[in-house]
Amino acid sequence: MYAFDYHRPATVHDAQGLLKDGAKLLAGGQTLIPTMKQRLASPSAVVDLGAIGELRKIEQNGNALVIGAMATHAEVAGSKTVMSALPGLAGVPGAIGDPHVRNSGTIGGSVANNDPAADYPAAVLALGATVITSKRQIAADNFFDGLFTTVLGEDEIITALSFPLGAKFGYAKFANPASRYALVGVAVAQRGSEVRVAVTGAGSNGVFRVPAMEAALAKSFTPAAITSVKADASGLMSDIHADAAYRANLIGVMAKRAVEAAA
Amino acid sequence: MTATGIGASVRRTEDHRFITGKGQYVDDINRPGQSYAVFVRSPHAHATLKKIDISAAEKAPGVLGIYTGDDLAADKVGGLICGWLIHSKDGSPMKAGAHPALAQGKVRYVGDHVAVVIAETLAEARDAAELVAVDYDVLAPCVDLAKAQANGQPQVHAEAPNNTVYAWHLGDKAAVDAAFAQAKHVTKIDLVNNRLIPNAMEPRAAIGEYDTGQGGFTLYTTSQNPHVARLVLSAFNGIAPENKLRVIAPDVGGGFGSKIFIYAEETVCIWAAKKVGRPVKWTADRTEAFLSDAHGRDHVTTAELAMDADGKILALRANTKANLGAYLSTFASSVPTYLYAPLLSGQYNIPAIYCEVDGVYTNTAPVDAYRGAGRPEATFVVERLVEVAARQLGTDPAEFRRKNFITSFPHETPVIMTYDTGDYDASMRKALEMADYANIGKRKAESAKQGKLRGVGFSAYIEACGIAPSKAVGSLGAGVGLWESAEVRVNPVGTVEVLTGSHSHGQGHETTFAQLVSHRLGIPIEQISIVHGDTDKVQMGMGTYGSRSGAVGMSAISKALDKVVAKATKVASRCMEVPETEVDFTDGVFSGRGTNKSMAFGEVALQAYVAHKFDSSEIEPGLKEGAFYDPKNFTFPSGVHIAEVEVDPETGVTRIDRWTAVDDFGILINPMIVEGQVHGGIAQGIGQAMLENAVYDANGQLLTASYMDYCMPRADDLPSFDVAMTTTACPSNPLGIKGCGEAGAIAAPAALINAITDAIGHENLAMPATPQTVWRAVQKAPSKMAAE
Repeated sequence: MYAFDYHRPATVHDAQGLLKDGAKLLAGGQTLIPTMKQRLASPSAVVDLGAIGELRKIEQNGNALVIGAMATHAEVAGSKTVMSALPGLAGVPGAIGDPHVRNSGTIGGSVANNDPAADYPAAVLALGATVITSKRQIAADNFFDGLFTTVLGEDEIITALSFPLGAKFGYAKFANPASRYALVGVAVAQRGSEVRVAVTGAGSNGVFRVPAMEAALAKSFTPAAITSVKADASGLMSDIHADAAYRANLIGVMAKRAVEAAA
Repeated sequence: MTATGIGASVRRTEDHRFITGKGQYVDDINRPGQSYAVFVRSPHAHATLKKIDISAAEKAPGVLGIYTGDDLAADKVGGLICGWLIHSKDGSPMKAGAHPALAQGKVRYVGDHVAVVIAETLAEARDAAELVAVDYDVLAPCVDLAKAQANGQPQVHAEAPNNTVYAWHLGDKAAVDAAFAQAKHVTKIDLVNNRLIPNAMEPRAAIGEYDTGQGGFTLYTTSQNPHVARLVLSAFNGIAPENKLRVIAPDVGGGFGSKIFIYAEETVCIWAAKKVGRPVKWTADRTEAFLSDAHGRDHVTTAELAMDADGKILALRANTKANLGAYLSTFASSVPTYLYAPLLSGQYNIPAIYCEVDGVYTNTAPVDAYRGAGRPEATFVVERLVEVAARQLGTDPAEFRRKNFITSFPHETPVIMTYDTGDYDASMRKALEMADYANIGKRKAESAKQGKLRGVGFSAYIEACGIAPSKAVGSLGAGVGLWESAEVRVNPVGTVEVLTGSHSHGQGHETTFAQLVSHRLGIPIEQISIVHGDTDKVQMGMGTYGSRSGAVGMSAISKALDKVVAKATKVASRCMEVPETEVDFTDGVFSGRGTNKSMAFGEVALQAYVAHKFDSSEIEPGLKEGAFYDPKNFTFPSGVHIAEVEVDPETGVTRIDRWTAVDDFGILINPMIVEGQVHGGIAQGIGQAMLENAVYDANGQLLTASYMDYCMPRADDLPSFDVAMTTTACPSNPLGIKGCGEAGAIAAPAALINAITDAIGHENLAMPATPQTVWRAVQKAPSKMAAE
């Protein structure tokens, strides 16, 4: 780790003021800290959001479940509010990493980092969530912008994720045996006549939707409806753990299992 | 016997300090004035070192010294050695290149040591290391084992043309050829034994220290054999004479073989301590461990089995290329030769065996002993061959094995081993019953109903442990003898210290060795201390590896205890005024036969030290005895493991449903610890078969250099293990012990691959059998069970 300045502001406003000259936000640190320890990242300053209490709230707000950006994976997974409002969602953070990671990592950190193998982006995209930042509200479809990239500005901070209620939601993850990140994770949400299918872990450009599956599931929200819908292997990642063809197969299998699990 | 004697599942006495954070590992030790070393490592697999510019780094804050291979050469520090000389089949000695502790002229693998930077703090050493400017002339690397010996491949060492260190063989080629010529059936299989990275929980570490007052060096190091380290550092590296060189291996957090070897880092730390006039500490980070710990396995083999019309095995033939990496590590040459081919008879009566092994250099990390060392590779060859042969012949795999088991002992194999004892059929019968093999058909049908594929696989393994008779290994090229030493010091009130040349790095010696003493002297284990791991305390020893510390280390203690009891009997005889021949010693009490006279062991010890009751010109005062024990033969643990799996054809995921292990380890000292060793070994074997794989890309970059990519077994990858024992006592050592440390890792890979291939109807499957590998196999039609 190289030397850096450390800030722990009390408000989002103060945090935003500190975001300059290569400063980085610390929102759990499950990616940033290891990267800094390996000297692969060398921010001039780290702005720790851990002291801003308002960012940890989880509440039902009218027709939406609003989860503060600094809610940890363990808090979301164990939240009674989440369980009653959007029960399928609790399983997403519940499948991330290990207890250490789940008690440190946060939903805002995960979404902002947009790791192509992270679990949350698939859920956020499938549920059509809104990313609430210190400056604006961004629809999930417009938020993710390729590997480790989002539309967030330099001095923009995610404050909460807002999930509209009234969806049946399921997530099926095939974990990389080594890292336990998603080798393929498929999130499926049905809201009225609309079905959204989002895939993480597989796309060489990050999380993506599968229109062919969405159309088939809109007609019949059953695993059988997508048995014959083959995921396209082009545009999928190939690495030492899984090639594109195997990932394409897993998308089909995990999509069926996500539909089965949807509640 | 006492409640803490042989055969009692005593809780491990060392665990209290480990689980309460009171263990003292090398990194826990901090010496006054300590400085920190960081190694500059090669980012290239193969390159010429044109220039190392340290001018900017030298000026960095806190820097105490920066050294390169030239500085080691100027101080005449010898290179790292390989302690086992193998001869090729043409009689020529193996062709080894130099192995300097810091590279000279060339780097040969990613992670090779280019320079060391020593500074006041670790952060300063790291900062300065980044300022060392190395000008490399990058060369094409030789990475692929299968192609490494071809003409035109990059040459790793000029001394070894076509990267061939040796072309070795064992067995009778003519007899094997003749047997194959008359065989009714031949089974042939191509196998890859995947490369593994040891991943001990504690990474390697070293602190070198030089005392200007005494003129002596001390090295704290993560070693399985500190005395061998001292011997090598003294006699070959020339650091200091043995009497001026103390090596301490304190608590060590796992080794699995990887901490047997004498590495560059500790050699440099102890040498540099005198150069900078300060203790020098180095602790590997996990990436360094992945890159530079000696790796394990990495064989490519073609093997064939010849059978007669009745399914009796006639002969076995194997041709193996073994990857030795970029340099020969301390025992690298012996692992794919004398620790491998002599086990190719397995548990079977095979009249003729011939094995050829080429040891091959590549631009990858050195490869050396890793849990089982050669024996897992041999078992994988034999047990995959036997399984496939049985399937091709349409014979039940268990029955095929039983038909070919060795049944009378001693049994001389065609590959230089003499098996002393065993009852292979007893283990097989017990395992079949425990695994409910009779109902496997029903369970397969039930799985099929659920859309799953169920399979069962056997592994009837044998290993050669209790390494090893010194004269025998000397005749095979070993540079050292493989005896063990012990000293039993009885204190005046009857408490006991045992000094052993064995080294515990997880095995529980502090408990099991004390159990032996408790058993023999009739005192509770609380009164017994086991001392190991310090060359100033224990005079000499050969360390712990190859499941040798029960069979060899404890036999040395047993021998010393014989002497203690003999002398205490003399003292008791004088004190009780009973003739020596009429003194009995039972349950810690000396008694005069036919008298009411008795003395507790502690009373006799006190009398030995006060020396009032005997003539000290006849009996020396004191009670302290030492012994060196040299084994008469290897020991031959064996057993049968049965894996039962269920494969999800949609994803290729294999779930291990049952695991049955029936092992014959001879006499058990502590059954609980033995069972723990079996569990750990199976976990590592399952790791090899399903999860672990060290992958280099074509440029020689290690792609699996972190836990993000190198898959270690986790608890949820493993089933509950059903473990049981059968027992034939080992006749060659006084305790009847065979050894248990490596069995699981030896047995498991073949059992698991046999089970998965049974489930999916294929003959062969590469390790690790990851979900992708299994899924891909399932996509293809079941392979034809073609015979040659």
